[in-house]
Amino acid sequence: MKTKIAVLMFPGSNCDLDTVHVLKNVMNVETDLVWHNHFKERDYDGVILPGGFAFGDYLRAGIIAAHSPAIDEARIMLKDGRPVIGICNGFQILTEAQFLPGALLQNDSLKFICKWVNLVVENNKTALSNKMKKDEVIDIPIAHGEGRFFTDNVKELEDNDQIVFRYADENGNVTDESNPNGSLGNIAGVCNLDNQNCIGLMPHPERASEAILSPKNTTHGRLFFASMIEYISRRIGSE
Amino acid sequence: MEQSEFIIEVSLENKPAARDPVAETIKRDLIAKKGYDMVSNVRSGQYLRLNVIADNESRAKEIVTQMCNDLRIFNPVTQNLTVLNVKKL
Repeated sequence: MKTKIAVLMFPGSNCDLDTVHVLKNVMNVETDLVWHNHFKERDYDGVILPGGFAFGDYLRAGIIAAHSPAIDEARIMLKDGRPVIGICNGFQILTEAQFLPGALLQNDSLKFICKWVNLVVENNKTALSNKMKKDEVIDIPIAHGEGRFFTDNVKELEDNDQIVFRYADENGNVTDESNPNGSLGNIAGVCNLDNQNCIGLMPHPERASEAILSPKNTTHGRLFFASMIEYISRRIGSE
Repeated sequence: MEQSEFIIEVSLENKPAARDPVAETIKRDLIAKKGYDMVSNVRSGQYLRLNVIADNESRAKEIVTQMCNDLRIFNPVTQNLTVLNVKKL
């Protein structure tokens, strides 16, 4: 069976086409760009909620999109183990929809931050990190105003291995200096508890998948999509 | 029972454990710099004013509180909700 992934488009999404481009033209996966009201989970092996904005992000980033019918469809995928991935605004939507723990607050600098950072891989078992090595350092850009991860129970996330990525320096050391936005524990990405099939992260893998876009000529973003594809093929193979 | 219209004001504020850089900036770069040293703390938040048709004041408050919970108008992970005022029109 051929893998097919949906990239959702909310009113205000602006990284949707970049994500579709990388999946189709770099990773060679069949991918549909789907308007949020038209999304039907039965047609897809996985879904990505891309970056940008959604419904103006009024009240709080992601909260209005979290109530959209597309999220009810995605919840079915969440429960049956298909990958549900949120990038940047998609991560904010998934926390507001309670697919993922925690919340994303305004950056502690109060500024929109757009720059390349390093991540260190903490959990390489998930649907978005299985092609990475534990403690591997990833080059990737961030671009957000509300990316400060907060939870009132970080120990529970650590105990459950739900922290997937942390901001780090280029050697993989998690330091205050390498924390771009004030995230608790430098947390950049988390996963759900049950199947580790739902992952949200603030950085943008779709902007880090072609060497021409990277200041260091790296293509680490491909590892995220390759992990998702691997997870889907393992899942289809086990059915 | 005849219903009335009420105005309910609610505030959403980050929990004390979540830093509030907006308020920190207001306090540090405006209030303290202009000599209002007696202001010892500032927290910022969001404010909503809702007009609600209900049987009575307590029912109006109940509707708003429940709605804010159901729809996650406030995020219980990071925020506290306070009903500031209920007034019959």
